[in-house]
Amino acid sequence: MATIIQTNSDPIRRTSVDSITVDIIENALRNARYEMDAVLFRTAMSPGIREQHDEFPLIADPEGKMVVGQFGSFIGGFLDNYVGTVEEGDVFLTSDPYSCDGAISHANDWLVLLPIFHQGRVVGWSAMFGHMTDVGGKVPGSLPTDAESIYEEGVVIPPVKLYRGGELATDTLEVILNQVRMKQWNRSDLNAIVAACRTAARRVIELCERFTTETYVSVLDALLDRNYRAMAQLIETTIGEEKLSFEDFIDDDGMGNGPYRIKCTMWRENGKVILDFEGTDPQSKGPINFYMNENMFKMFFGIYMIMVFDPQILWNDGFYPLVDVRIPQGSLLRPNYPAALSCRTHGLGRIFDVLGGLLGQRQPEFLNAAGFSSSPHLMYSGVGEDGEWFQLYQIGFGGIPGRPFGDGPDGHSLWPSFTNVPNEFLEAYFPLRIESYETVADSGGPGLNRGGNGIDIAYRFLEAGNVSIHDDRWFTYPWGVNGGLPGMRSTKYLVRADGSSEVLPSKCDRVEVQKGDVLHYVTWGGGGWGDPLLRSAELVGLEVKRGLVTVDGARRYGVVVDADGTVDEDATLSLRTHLGAVRAPITVFNFGAEIDELRERCLEETGLEPPVAPTFA
Amino acid sequence: MNYRLGVDVGGTFTDLLLIDQDTGATTRDKVPSTPSDPSVAVINGLERICAKAGIEPSAINHLMHGTTVATNAVLEAKGARVGLVVTQGFRQILQVARSFVPGGLAGWIIWQKPEPLARLEDTVEAIERIDAKGAVVEELDEARIRGDLQRLRDAGIEALTISLINSFTNPSHENRIAEIAKEILGGIPISLSSKILPEIKEYERTLTTVANSYVRPVASRYLGHLDEELKSRTGDLRLHVLRSDGGLMGVEVASQAPVSMLMSGPAGGVSGALWIAAQAGYTNLLTLDMGGTSTDVALVQNGVPSIGRETTVGDLTIRASSVDVRTVGAGGGSIAHVPELTKALRVGPQSAGAQPGPAAYGNGGTDPTVTDANVVLGYLPPSLLGGEMVLDKAAAVAAVSGVAEALGVDLHAAAAGIIDIVNENMFGALRLVSIQQGYDPRDYALIAFGGAGPLHANALGALMGSWPVIIPPSPGVLCAYGDATTTLRSESARTFIRQFSTTSADEVIGLLRELASEAHSELAGEGVAESDRTATYQVDLRYHGQGFEVPVDVSLAELESDGLSVAGNRFDAEHERLFTFSLDAEHEIVNLRAVVTGGSSAVEAVKIQQGDKDPSQAFLSTTPVWVEGVEHQAGLYDRSLLESNDRISGPAVLTEMDSTTLILPGHYGDVDSFGNILIWPSAR
Repeated sequence: MATIIQTNSDPIRRTSVDSITVDIIENALRNARYEMDAVLFRTAMSPGIREQHDEFPLIADPEGKMVVGQFGSFIGGFLDNYVGTVEEGDVFLTSDPYSCDGAISHANDWLVLLPIFHQGRVVGWSAMFGHMTDVGGKVPGSLPTDAESIYEEGVVIPPVKLYRGGELATDTLEVILNQVRMKQWNRSDLNAIVAACRTAARRVIELCERFTTETYVSVLDALLDRNYRAMAQLIETTIGEEKLSFEDFIDDDGMGNGPYRIKCTMWRENGKVILDFEGTDPQSKGPINFYMNENMFKMFFGIYMIMVFDPQILWNDGFYPLVDVRIPQGSLLRPNYPAALSCRTHGLGRIFDVLGGLLGQRQPEFLNAAGFSSSPHLMYSGVGEDGEWFQLYQIGFGGIPGRPFGDGPDGHSLWPSFTNVPNEFLEAYFPLRIESYETVADSGGPGLNRGGNGIDIAYRFLEAGNVSIHDDRWFTYPWGVNGGLPGMRSTKYLVRADGSSEVLPSKCDRVEVQKGDVLHYVTWGGGGWGDPLLRSAELVGLEVKRGLVTVDGARRYGVVVDADGTVDEDATLSLRTHLGAVRAPITVFNFGAEIDELRERCLEETGLEPPVAPTFA
Repeated sequence: MNYRLGVDVGGTFTDLLLIDQDTGATTRDKVPSTPSDPSVAVINGLERICAKAGIEPSAINHLMHGTTVATNAVLEAKGARVGLVVTQGFRQILQVARSFVPGGLAGWIIWQKPEPLARLEDTVEAIERIDAKGAVVEELDEARIRGDLQRLRDAGIEALTISLINSFTNPSHENRIAEIAKEILGGIPISLSSKILPEIKEYERTLTTVANSYVRPVASRYLGHLDEELKSRTGDLRLHVLRSDGGLMGVEVASQAPVSMLMSGPAGGVSGALWIAAQAGYTNLLTLDMGGTSTDVALVQNGVPSIGRETTVGDLTIRASSVDVRTVGAGGGSIAHVPELTKALRVGPQSAGAQPGPAAYGNGGTDPTVTDANVVLGYLPPSLLGGEMVLDKAAAVAAVSGVAEALGVDLHAAAAGIIDIVNENMFGALRLVSIQQGYDPRDYALIAFGGAGPLHANALGALMGSWPVIIPPSPGVLCAYGDATTTLRSESARTFIRQFSTTSADEVIGLLRELASEAHSELAGEGVAESDRTATYQVDLRYHGQGFEVPVDVSLAELESDGLSVAGNRFDAEHERLFTFSLDAEHEIVNLRAVVTGGSSAVEAVKIQQGDKDPSQAFLSTTPVWVEGVEHQAGLYDRSLLESNDRISGPAVLTEMDSTTLILPGHYGDVDSFGNILIWPSAR
């Protein structure tokens, strides 16, 4: 239990506030959160943060409840576990998921937290975590696909004071940085994260000075209460008392086992919503475990619930008492220490498909198809011709699902504010040439609203080196909904300089590449939404002309079209009539095939052996 | 006989300001704008103002022109059909758009992706490749591109962009395709990414060049026509167009690179504001231009506007230098609403626009807008002086009552809430250009213009602690002043990515000299004598490994005597100021830039009649206003009758033809000799 040292022992009295002041401070906090991002992007060095924006900010109230941010608060849990004092000028750093209830879920994410003091009292907290390109360990990038414990996954920083009373703990920092491969990136990214958190602290102090601390904190209470009331109403009107379940899968664990089931059951009970992960598979021996923070999942749930009703609302922890998240200990989502965690990205992403499938069952008009529910990684490292070590970590993007609101964009990110690394930047700073950067025609699931296409990036390696890949959805399909068909699955293959070709496993390390080899990094498409036979034939024709759908692919919409996109209306009418008559009845979900069927066809369709059903002790 | 003419085309009026360069004497006039062809009003105005001043049109040597013709093409989606040539493998560059989805976690659920500015079916691939160092990896397949260009021609494209991978390191393939395209496409304008934005990052470079193509036919048609009409009346008059960065460019440059005039309108406002404020003795400014649907804000430091490297118009953000204007969707027409679920009061970004407009305009609008809240609170008196327009107060009350009901508060509290929220939105934008850039707003005066700016400025001054709040006379004239008094400016830049250890001060000095001579020759071409030109130099720096750069000013003399460390030290200090820390990491140059300025005009603003501190000659009546829940009797004044030195105590409402100024209780307004109102807190 942490001891907070405050020189001013007066409690912060609550005062009555009018709703307009609440709206004003809400707006100011939103600005402060975006300013945190801006400071980070402009000063960080690793492409993962400065170009791709793999980071998450948060501002909390004096008790540690998140008042603005996206990942929910962990501060309460952190304070419960931390032994020591919290004083003005302290800045905490940790990368240990097990020490913060999974607020960060692998050791690559470095989490900075600082208390915001004003006039001797804690008036709030700011925090941010960002993904470090490397944190040491047995493979470049620090995400070993064969790790069986967290000890193999690089430096794991327990909660420590990076700054003690404003003074940098140089020794601590140097011990940490001595473990990693790309020191300068870690050092400057960490500086940038601290600067972002300090910026937020300044803004909070300004708000206290402008409105008084009492008003500011009372407004935070009102903001928390606003979320509570809105969510109470939503739960009452949209969540039923009967139990609904949805399950989805992580395809494999990188050791040949899979798929792993994530199952969630939802119901309402005494005005609260219960989200129970009973039925989720036990933890994996490998690193695909996703140590999920309960509050984080509550936040995901809340954002999905409210997004369509008042997109301007500021998410906060206020509704947490209304949501009960139950995660079985020892499961894939709550593994026992010291289970390996590094490759948790697929679990983190897949949670959103599970959530979407779960919530949409009661309200099919809000149901989206399966989306780009992971952040597949590419790592490439080696020694360049200048003798210098180079190391790239890059996240790939794919198809946004077909939605009630329209088509899913092609080759986009489901993660907020994430972007690709400019290809010219890759070529300027790494021994790479990007031969193509295109979305894959027909990879988006057909539907009334089409799923977005996946991307095929062809990397030509100009130096020998090592490659790691972290991918998923190569085995199970991104499902369609309300009549929409599944999107295409992912694949990764190498075309060697000698012309030979090989399919790479979805999760692998230490793949040696030679100068001249080309890696095709093909991501998956989003599922389709709604009946593809009802999609405008003219639009299908236009997309054929645009190269987003092929002439053959158009037939899945029942559209007969030539390569210029000219629709044969008579032939289309008869094909649509025919397809409508012979197809199976439309169901809410279309998963493409049963798992057993997928296994049977796996080698033929994917070029890879099917994963073996995992066995659990 | 040496005159220059500033012309600003507004939505309603085209304002003109004629300056006698020899005496500094000025003549003002305005004519109704002609939106279908804005040049008609320019020509009409020119003829009228010459008659008024008693000069021949041929006495005018320079015409400075701020225009929104390019901006409107983007906002109204009325640009050209653009064909795009990219490197093989990158056909979907605009489709993928860096994979970015705005709006936070789950924002994708409700995001509608805008269509690319160049259609995918009008995008073709050139078989060719240049590597990151500029070496040709694969020669251009000319036969193939020839066929594709013919196809684009037959499809009916109206402009062409060529943007190849790594062309910023070697433009030879872009140049060759341009030659072929000229043969095939005839007079269709061609824009090359290596000319428009010779910088790394293929998406930004392509998008910016496509945006250039998109506005180019409409802009060049307009400017060419105007230039011709002007020349036929005036002989050898030079037409200059105000660029987004506040500089001026000639017609030919503007016609080829209209992407650099997308912010011409706001830049004119900022230039005018800083000129007027300088007359009043203030050079550190925050500018606030609040119109019907949006508000533009900017920061001016020591008389120089902050320049940003990005321009945002509507959904489009491109890389082109512009006055660092931030726009928020907050204006007089912004609509207030209360979502059922959260009971929060939201104002904007939806706007009632010009039609139907606020409920108070009586054109059938029923949504409660910011203007309606101003009417309810008495800040906008029902009958505007000189106004063709009478406001429908009952309609405003009815509209705002809906908000009051939803919030469960009384009418005046709801109206005050709407005003507070919209002020807060503008406050957010003002913070972006000040506090977030490390500038303390208390060191700045706030100058407000635009139709609605003077109503909200006093409240914003109080929020920012920025005093005085300056309300200049008549906003249209402000922009015309800006246009007429802008200095000619030419900028040459090039990307030169080098760590300090891999270059030298001598090499940098040599390049800066070359850039300066390019910039000099452009101004010489504009007729500016060498003695009137000044060159300044900038180096964009970052720490090696960072993705953003910070520009620092350097002089050649400093570089000669102290070497590159001069720039490095300055960068460290700036980094510390902006981001609270500096690093012990190697400095890296990204861009070098020379800016040559010259040919400005020494002119003084027109002075108004000297008064006696007592504004009673302008007093009309008292009018009720509600401030912080209390009703006050405010003095209502006719601004045109105010005299220099008059002091008006708040609360007061000053009306004039195209705007209304509110002075809050606890504040007073002083009229200066140029007719500016300077608002101060009484407790100063």
